Amino acid sequence: MDETQLRLDGNAAAGILGEVFVHEMSAARGACASCGGIAPLGSQHLYMYPRSPGAVLRCAACQDVLMVVVHAGGRYRLTLRGLTWLEMPDAVEAATEA
Amino acid sequence: MPGWPGHRAGQHVDVRLTADDGYQAQRSYSIASPPDDRDRVDLTVVRVEDGEVSPYLVDELAEGDQLELRGPIGGHFVWDVETGGPLLLVAGGSGIAPLMAMIRHRVARGSRVPTRLLFSSRSLEEVIYGAELDRLAGRADGLEVFHTLTRSRPGDWTGYARRIDRDMLAEVGFPPEQRPVCMVCGPTTLVEAVAQALVELGHPPERVKTERFGPTGG
Repeated sequence: MDETQLRLDGNAAAGILGEVFVHEMSAARGACASCGGIAPLGSQHLYMYPRSPGAVLRCAACQDVLMVVVHAGGRYRLTLRGLTWLEMPDAVEAATEA
Repeated sequence: MPGWPGHRAGQHVDVRLTADDGYQAQRSYSIASPPDDRDRVDLTVVRVEDGEVSPYLVDELAEGDQLELRGPIGGHFVWDVETGGPLLLVAGGSGIAPLMAMIRHRVARGSRVPTRLLFSSRSLEEVIYGAELDRLAGRADGLEVFHTLTRSRPGDWTGYARRIDRDMLAEVGFPPEQRPVCMVCGPTTLVEAVAQALVELGHPPERVKTERFGPTGG
């Protein structure tokens, strides 16, 4: 099985991200620190092996790591150096946009 | 479903099973029922041989058993009637589940948004929701359903008989000038091929939303 077979969409990380963030994060947009591409996290590439302790989000355009979320040992650790910024719709906007 | 807040078409739930020894396994399943059915949630589970979770859900789970669910989850791979169209849905196998929620939601709301479903299955016997799709397409309310069968076909089959490719998407889909919303769900290889072909046909990448199943581990 090659690596592309293990790829998911960022949508599938919404569960673990929901344990950390108040907002629904698959609809949040982020800017890749490597290529500058801007896209919703739900559309990025996700690697989350069935027994992995965490999730690795990679930029769908350049494949660099955007974010790593690990839940282990009673703590969550977020690695965010691959994102220049994150932007989430507030409750009003989230209810109106698709 | 105690405490269920209601969902949007396209969202999923995480199902967590805990063994007697505390070992936990978690899988994501798309919700196939529409948001308009407020008191129930339908999940489509395909039994994966050697899987950790799906054989239990398919073979052992009985009426009245309790499950640990988290959700609804997701705000990107969603479609509401208010999103509008035209709407192109592309499914492979059980990838039909979240798209079924969209189709059922569209019907429940009496929407006439032009909608086309291109559905790839291995054989006619494996077409999920086949009878319901036939019935809904027969309403002539703007929903059209196209099947392709990749492995075996009945002798009198007149539909597509190959994996989804760019030519098929050009024939079935809406032209990019109509700015359709494209929702693609299925195994990773199908999703990657379809998403790439749609972009090659001129659809803006941000109008092509995908949900890959990946290697489920069942």
